[in-house]
Amino acid sequence: MFKHLKQLTSLFAMIAVLFAFTTEAMAKKSKTLKNTQKKGFVRCGVSQGLPGFSNADASGNWTGIDVDVCRAVAAAVLGDANKVKFTPLSAKERFTALTSGEIDVLARNTTWTLSRDADIGLTFVGVNFYDGQGFMVRKSSGITSVDQFKNGISACTNIGTTTELNMRDFFNSRGISYEPVAFEKADEVVAAYDAGRCDTYTTDKSGLAAQRTKMKNPDEHIVLPETISKEPLGPVVRQGDAVWEDIVRWSLNTMIEAEEYGITSSNADSMKTSDNPQIKRLVGAEGEMGAAFGLDNEWNLRIIKQVGNYGESYKRNIADTGILPDRGPNQLWTKGGILYVPPAR
Amino acid sequence: MNNKIKRILPQLLTILFVVFVFGFFTINAQVNMDNRGIDFGFDFLSQEASFDMQFTLLDYDGQDSYLWAYVVALLNTLLVSFLGIIFCTILGVVIGIARLSQNFLIKNSAAWYVEFFRNIPLLLQIFFWYYAALRALPLPENAQPWFGVTYMTIKGYYIPSMIWENLNVFMSCLIAAIVAIIFIRVYAKKIQEREGKQLPVLYISLALITILPLLSFLIGGVTLDFEMPKLKQLATTSFIFEGGVALPPELIALVLALSLYTSTFVAECVRAGIQGISKGQKEAAASVGLTPNQILKLVIMPQALRIIIPPTTNQYLNLTKNSSLAAAIAYPDLVLVFAGTALMQTGKAIEIVGITMLTYLSISLAIAALMNWYNKRIEIKEK
Repeated sequence: MFKHLKQLTSLFAMIAVLFAFTTEAMAKKSKTLKNTQKKGFVRCGVSQGLPGFSNADASGNWTGIDVDVCRAVAAAVLGDANKVKFTPLSAKERFTALTSGEIDVLARNTTWTLSRDADIGLTFVGVNFYDGQGFMVRKSSGITSVDQFKNGISACTNIGTTTELNMRDFFNSRGISYEPVAFEKADEVVAAYDAGRCDTYTTDKSGLAAQRTKMKNPDEHIVLPETISKEPLGPVVRQGDAVWEDIVRWSLNTMIEAEEYGITSSNADSMKTSDNPQIKRLVGAEGEMGAAFGLDNEWNLRIIKQVGNYGESYKRNIADTGILPDRGPNQLWTKGGILYVPPAR
Repeated sequence: MNNKIKRILPQLLTILFVVFVFGFFTINAQVNMDNRGIDFGFDFLSQEASFDMQFTLLDYDGQDSYLWAYVVALLNTLLVSFLGIIFCTILGVVIGIARLSQNFLIKNSAAWYVEFFRNIPLLLQIFFWYYAALRALPLPENAQPWFGVTYMTIKGYYIPSMIWENLNVFMSCLIAAIVAIIFIRVYAKKIQEREGKQLPVLYISLALITILPLLSFLIGGVTLDFEMPKLKQLATTSFIFEGGVALPPELIALVLALSLYTSTFVAECVRAGIQGISKGQKEAAASVGLTPNQILKLVIMPQALRIIIPPTTNQYLNLTKNSSLAAAIAYPDLVLVFAGTALMQTGKAIEIVGITMLTYLSISLAIAALMNWYNKRIEIKEK
C-alpha cells in the first residue's frame, strides 16, 4: 500500500516539476530570432509546388519569388541564403503550422485580408506579388469572357482559400447558379479540370498561368481577361514577435528598394562607394541599419548579394520561366507599377 | 477501514491524475494561445459562412451560418455512411453465403472478391474509382442513356426527378399500410401460438403495401410526374444536363469504394457466423422434417446472427469513420467542409477539430448503441 503511494508521489512530483518549467518558459516572450540563430536555419512554409512562387526541382532545390523572401531572411539573420528549411504546406495547413510554431515565416502565395490579419494570430508583413483571381477555360469551348458563363457551370478550385469566397461573390452578384467542386490539393484540382469534370478552373491568375504549364496540353486552355478580385500575396509571421516581424518586412523591402536604386547582386559591393547616401544605407556603408533588429550592419548587403533585388528575383522565377513575362502591377512605382516601399533610413 | 482506503485510494489518485493531465494541457493551450493572440470561443458558429457547397441535402446558401454549414456537411457524411452501410450489408451477406456454396465457381469467385478488395488500401480504391473509373465516362454531350432515361457522365449520374401532387395523401396511405402490416403480424403470431394455424402474412403484407398506395392514386387525387434530364449547351463544347436529379461523381465513387471494401469484412463475419453453428443443429432440424429454407430461416440464422452482429458493428463504425476520406475527392463531407474550409476561413483550429472529433464519436456511439440494442433483442432469452 505505502509502497504504491510512494511511487505515485514521486510521479506527481516529476509532473509538477515539468509543469513549473514549461510555464516558466512560456511566460517569457518568444524570441524567434534567437531560436533561428541557435538552430542555424530559417523555418519557412511554402506551397506544395507552384511554379514561379515556390517549387522544388528534381533534386529538391526550391525556387520562386516566395522562396526568395525566405532566402533573404536567412541571408540577413544567418549570413547564408541557403540556410532555409522549407516545409511544403497545403492551403488548409498553412496558418496552423505558423501559429503552432512549426514554421517561422509563411511565404506561400497567401492573400492579405482583414480577417486573416486580425483574427487568427497572424501578421502580414508586406506584399511581394499583386495578384487577382481569374478563370481558365478550354479554348474549344468558345468562351472568351466571363459574360458568357451560363447557369449550371461547374467550377473547380481549392478549399480553404479566398478563391472559394470570391467565386461565390462573383457568381451570386451575376445571378448565375454554379457547381463548386473544391479539392484540397492544387494537383487534384488541375487533374479534375483537365479531365473535363469542370467547365472552368478558378484561382489567382498567377496560379492559373503557372498551373497551365502542368496541363496535358497547355495550348488548349486560356485564361479569361477578367479579374474578379484583389489578391495581394505576401509573407506572414506569427503575432507577438515585433522584431522578427520587422526583420521579415525589411528583408522584403530591401529587395524592392534595391531594384529602385539599381543595386543588383553583381554591383552591390561597388555601390558601397556611391555618392547617394540612400544607396550607401542599403548596402550597409552608412548608418546603423541593423542594430534595431539585433543584426550587424551588412544584413541588407548580404540579401542583395546572395538573393538579388526584386527585379532579378521576378525575372529569374516568373518572367524567364514563361509564366507571366509582363510584370503588370508588380512593377516599381517609378515605372508605372504599384511597388512602393517605405524608405530604409 | 484499511480495506476501504485500499480500494478507494487508487481510484481517487487515478481521477486526480486524469484531471491534472487535462488541466495541464488546457492551461498550456490557453497560455500559448494568449501569447499568440488567438481567441478561443464558439461565436464564429453564428457568423456567415460565405462559401458554397457542391452537394447538399437541405437548402444551404453561403449566407447561412457556420453552424448550418456544419449541419449540412454532417448530413452529407451521414448520407454516405448510410448508403455505404446498406450496400455493404447486402453485398456482404450475398458474398458471405456464396463463400459457403457447394458450387466451385461461386465459392471461388467469392473468395477472390474478398481477398482482392480487402487487401488494397481504401484510399487507393477511392482514387481508383474517382480518378480512373469515373474519368473514363463520357462527357454529357456524348452520353448514351442507361435504361432510356438516365445518363452516366463524367459530371455525374443524371436521373429523372419525381414531381408529386398531394404527396401527403400518398405518404399517409403508405404509413397506414405499414401500421396495418405490423398489426397483422402480431395477430398472426397470436393465432399461431393459440391455434397452431399459419396465416399467409407475406402475401397479405405485399397486397396491403401495393393496394393502399395505389388507391391513393385512383381516388386520393395523387399524381406523379417525372422530370427528365435534358441536355443543355453552356458553350461550344461545354454541356450539362438540366432538370432531374444529379448524383455527383464524388458521391458515387465514395459509396462504391466504401461499400466494396467494407463488404469483404461483412462477408467474413457472415461466413464465420454461419460456420459457427454446429452441424448437429442442421441435422437435428432436418430430422424433425424442416425444409432447407426453414432450417436456414428458423434454426441457423437466428443463432448465426448472434455471432455476426458484434463484429459487423465494428465494420459499420469503420465505414462511418472511413467516410472522412471523402476529403481526398472533393465530396463535401464534414471533414472537407467543416474541418477544412470552415477551419481555414475562421482559423478556429482547436474548436473545430474538437467539434469534429466529438461528432464522429457521437455518430459511432449512436451506431454502436443501435446495434447493441438489436443484439440484445436477438440474444437467447432464458425462459
